[in-house]
Amino acid sequence: MNDDLISPGHRTCAGCGSILAARHMLKATGRDVIICESTGCLEVTSTQYPLTSWKVPWIHVLFENAVSVAVGVKAALWAQGNEHTQVIAFGGDGGIVDIGFGAVSGALERNDDIMIITYDNEAYANTGIQRSGATPFGASTGTSPHGKVSIGKKVWKKNVPMIAVAHGAGYVASASIAYPKDLQDKIKKAMSIKGTRYIHIHTPCPVGWGFDSSKTIEIARLAVQTGMWILFEIEDGKFKKMFRPTELMPVENYLRMQKRFEHLKEEEIKIIQDHINQTWKELDNLEKSGVNLRTIL
Amino acid sequence: MIADGRIKSRFLEVESEFSAISSVAGAVAAGSRAFTATCSQGLALMHEVLFAIAGMRLPVVMVVTNRALSSPINIWNDCQDSISERDSGWIQLYVETVQEAVDTIIQAYKIAEDNRVLLPVMVCMDGFILTHTVEPVELPDDVEVKKFLPKYKPNHAFLDPTRPMTLGPFTYPEPYFKLRKELSLAIDNSKIIISEVNEEFGEMFKRKYGNGLIEEYKNDKKIAIVSMGSVCGTIKCVVDSRKDTGLVRIRCYRPLPKEDLIEALKGKEIVIVLDKNISLGLGSGSVFSEVRDVLYSLKDRPKVVGCVAGLGGTDIKSKDINRLIDESKKMKDGEVVWLI
Repeated sequence: MNDDLISPGHRTCAGCGSILAARHMLKATGRDVIICESTGCLEVTSTQYPLTSWKVPWIHVLFENAVSVAVGVKAALWAQGNEHTQVIAFGGDGGIVDIGFGAVSGALERNDDIMIITYDNEAYANTGIQRSGATPFGASTGTSPHGKVSIGKKVWKKNVPMIAVAHGAGYVASASIAYPKDLQDKIKKAMSIKGTRYIHIHTPCPVGWGFDSSKTIEIARLAVQTGMWILFEIEDGKFKKMFRPTELMPVENYLRMQKRFEHLKEEEIKIIQDHINQTWKELDNLEKSGVNLRTIL
Repeated sequence: MIADGRIKSRFLEVESEFSAISSVAGAVAAGSRAFTATCSQGLALMHEVLFAIAGMRLPVVMVVTNRALSSPINIWNDCQDSISERDSGWIQLYVETVQEAVDTIIQAYKIAEDNRVLLPVMVCMDGFILTHTVEPVELPDDVEVKKFLPKYKPNHAFLDPTRPMTLGPFTYPEPYFKLRKELSLAIDNSKIIISEVNEEFGEMFKRKYGNGLIEEYKNDKKIAIVSMGSVCGTIKCVVDSRKDTGLVRIRCYRPLPKEDLIEALKGKEIVIVLDKNISLGLGSGSVFSEVRDVLYSLKDRPKVVGCVAGLGGTDIKSKDINRLIDESKKMKDGEVVWLI
């Protein structure tokens, strides 16, 4: 067991899911790692000058360039003859899924030897909860408010793991802070693979999503149990579901615990439920088919 | 050169200028030397990263091959791109010839990496005029360059798993203010090192450029033209043919060598500042307004007039310079003309 490489005393909100993602990530990597982080919740709460929570080398430059910085760090390590240190670009959904996405695509296309890890709290949480590409359908945020003629966000969540596979990434996975063993195993496996590896971690946000800070893990687990967040792995192009309950729980159980979905009417919840059922089935078909996603796209 | 294995280096084929400069920042933060070049829109795209690199005190070196900014779109030379980044915290050196560009890139690493400096350096050379012309250049010998600029060994903050450090943290108002003040002092203090490196280079390679900060050419006349970059070559020809005018070339625009400019321009009747940029809304180029500001404290300050020239690659000919000098005698202090 590694020492905890995130120190206590950071300034994240009570019940923050994202800091847990960072903690589990470092438990998997150990000390021989360099973290390149984008601007966001974790950056402002874990490195308040002159304090830091990071016991590993860590750099932040800007919001949208964590991946490009990581690419440069990796090149420098190569020049120094260092083949062992893992370089991880770590950012929120704003930094990776949206504003920094061009650099993500660039690294994936070149298959640069870095790991990209997204902590996904499904909004620009650091600036007061505005919708991002990762905000789910129907969620109410500052810039996708629900109202008399709006249900909140009108489109589905951007699927970055599948976009990563479409670039030919050798290892892609989704993970959740409610399943730390699975999360750490995936990071460890990714460490043994060369090229760009992409891991997307679901990290509930009590403030942004509107639930009690004691419920973070419960919410994260429910997301997986209802199929709202699906745990999978795509190794060498082959899709594999990592969590398959005999039956999915109704998504209503998950939605009703959060203020951001409070306004949803029954028929709107049904749209989400149908979408989950369809996705779940299609992914089963995909897995059975044995299709290699790296080569068909 | 890398494809042929002539230098052991990694070439990053990034997807944008924004990523190029970000990757350079990462590489330098991890303790290696890196290089990139850009101009115009590419430099504008890098804007946000430039400020971060200076604030993080990363000794990055970049060449800017000066070109005009849109709109309208235009690919030719002026200095609007790098002048627009003057407040970013980068040292800016403007060269006159291709030879000076080669020599200045080597000097730039020595300046940037000096522990008394630790700042990024932008080597600015005129696009097309210097980048797309044939000019004999003496390439310094590799062995000599390695003597002048030994292998890079960072001993300041950098990313190393055996010595974990947090770079680029979040700061509250007071520490932010303090760090910005330190940055301002650091770039001001770099003037000494820029001059030292120019001298040291001169001793080793038998070429140097003024005192590293400014170059005076036949500057013992009543009139002085102040400018930067390749147009200074044309101005030197004009100066050779006249008895009334000399040249003061600003080589180092950031930090601005105020004391050197005062020394070089005091006692002049007329100072003509020729700018290849326009500060929109100010009605003049930036060099003009800054030179005029520098001379303001002089008791008997010269008449300072400005000229905006060469935008978007418009040619600046000897006869234009001659006409400008003649007209300057009739111009009012502070007046600006457009050479068009």
